[in-house]
Amino acid sequence: MLSRDQVLRIARLARIEVTASEAEALERELNGILELVDRMSAVDTRGVEPMSHPEDAAQRLRDDRVTEADGRAAFQSVAPQVEDGLYLVPKVIE
Amino acid sequence: MLASIAQLARELRAKKLSSVELARECLARIERFNPRLNAFITVDGEKTLAQARGADERLARGDAQPLTGIPIAQKDLFCAKGWRTTCGSRMLEGFVAPYDAHVIERFDAAGAVLLGKTNMDEFAMGSSNETSFFGPVRNPWDEAAVPGGSSGGSAAAVAAGLAPGATGTDTGGSIRQPASFTGVCGLRPTYGRVSRYGMVAFASSLDQGGPLARSAEDLALLLDVMAGFDPRDSTSMDRPKGDYAGALRGGVKGLTIGLPREYFSQDLAADVADPILAAIEELRRLGAKTVEVSLPNQHLSVPVYYVIAPAEASSNLSRYDGVRYGHRAAEYADLADMYARTRAQGFGAEAKRRIMIGTYVLSHGYYDAYYLQAQRIRRLIAGDFAAAFAKCDLIAGPAAPSVAYDLGAKKDDPVQMYLDDLYTIPINLAGLPGMSIPCGFGAKSRPVGLQIVGNYWDESRMLAAAHAFQQVTDWHTRVPPGFE
Repeated sequence: MLSRDQVLRIARLARIEVTASEAEALERELNGILELVDRMSAVDTRGVEPMSHPEDAAQRLRDDRVTEADGRAAFQSVAPQVEDGLYLVPKVIE
Repeated sequence: MLASIAQLARELRAKKLSSVELARECLARIERFNPRLNAFITVDGEKTLAQARGADERLARGDAQPLTGIPIAQKDLFCAKGWRTTCGSRMLEGFVAPYDAHVIERFDAAGAVLLGKTNMDEFAMGSSNETSFFGPVRNPWDEAAVPGGSSGGSAAAVAAGLAPGATGTDTGGSIRQPASFTGVCGLRPTYGRVSRYGMVAFASSLDQGGPLARSAEDLALLLDVMAGFDPRDSTSMDRPKGDYAGALRGGVKGLTIGLPREYFSQDLAADVADPILAAIEELRRLGAKTVEVSLPNQHLSVPVYYVIAPAEASSNLSRYDGVRYGHRAAEYADLADMYARTRAQGFGAEAKRRIMIGTYVLSHGYYDAYYLQAQRIRRLIAGDFAAAFAKCDLIAGPAAPSVAYDLGAKKDDPVQMYLDDLYTIPINLAGLPGMSIPCGFGAKSRPVGLQIVGNYWDESRMLAAAHAFQQVTDWHTRVPPGFE
């Protein structure tokens, strides 16, 4: 069971601000989901290889060379705040 | 507008109809019915008609392909250059895609016409289309009912005759379950068959795009365009695609169809079981044999899915930070505060729940017990299918345990809604192809879908079986009252 403090810690890790009333609902809902998920814990999986791809295919590699055209202007046109080709964020270092 | 894509394509080529006329008719039906159904998030008649004019020129030149001039509705998570692409989220409410998804490029190259962007559960997280920031979609068969999700807008648009075909994506059933709920056909291809490039990511090891339409023949025409290798998707498989339309007449004679014992248990409502069993009887009359198979780990699918999908979602959705695109909070104290407020405002409740579950199961000290254990059981589930397919060519059963339920009925109980995906999720975990085709009606005259699952890369055989069924039945031609 997740405690309220754990819920708030997860929210911090996920970078999502939650209010006190949201935390209360989340505590109930997340514990409900984890109760469902806990049906896995009784299964004996010793010796079973984890599966991440149906065909166990490895990631394809490509040559390390430039293949993309410069799309900076198009991509920055959808950014919340840019200046001189740079993305602007609040000051990080005082 | 209730003709099949195959029929419309013949009329376009015979010059009985122009692409512009066809697009205008679809746009008029959208204008008339969309205020009730809410199936589309974005419609842009000028863009659509410009593309239709281009298709008419191509038809006149005589270099048309089967889909040239056909209007297609795109689920609003396929990036289409110059089109708003929202993913059903406030986070992307104003996002205009600066590039095309592979699927969009393929439709453009085939001369298809982009009819609009369809409503969906937020980031494809949901089974009822009620998590959309743009409001729920209504089921054309009964506007009190949900259309299913997450591709609910696409399914409703096809069912109501607003579009002859549409795209969807299926991470845990998001094509097949809405197809079942709205009485249309929908196919989720083998993982790796359709490129995920430009398809907004939810759970990358499970996501797969596919078509929705009114017949198996139309699905084949759409899949013929959508399928194919794309080096820009690292999990796209480099193997030749089938000739889906060409293989439609394969029939079912001599095929063995496996019926999983676990799919016909007490979880299945009687009003759904009856049409499914009747459809299986029909397949037997067409010359198929049936054999009982077992998927003993099937009951673990939903728990496994709710570790793997949220874990991958929490990683994929970390990109929404208010810096490069999407929503940014108006007020904040510092960078961390900007992230937290942006994400609190941009994501809805279901997306937040899944991001937080994913964050938790991947966090230090919990990874082995949750994510690794889930991946191990995932292999057991895939192994069940491998054993079943040693005894049969296709698997058949229900796509959903009930007909469409009422709007609001399960909205406040996420776990109950998750458990309803018990017949679709195992196929995603195994990476197999699956489809749903209409096979009758259950409670309150709401549609029932028959799920057909194939072995890896066996979409042709599934489509041929569905096509054979549709040659001797007319469930797929039924139209919701009021939309004739």
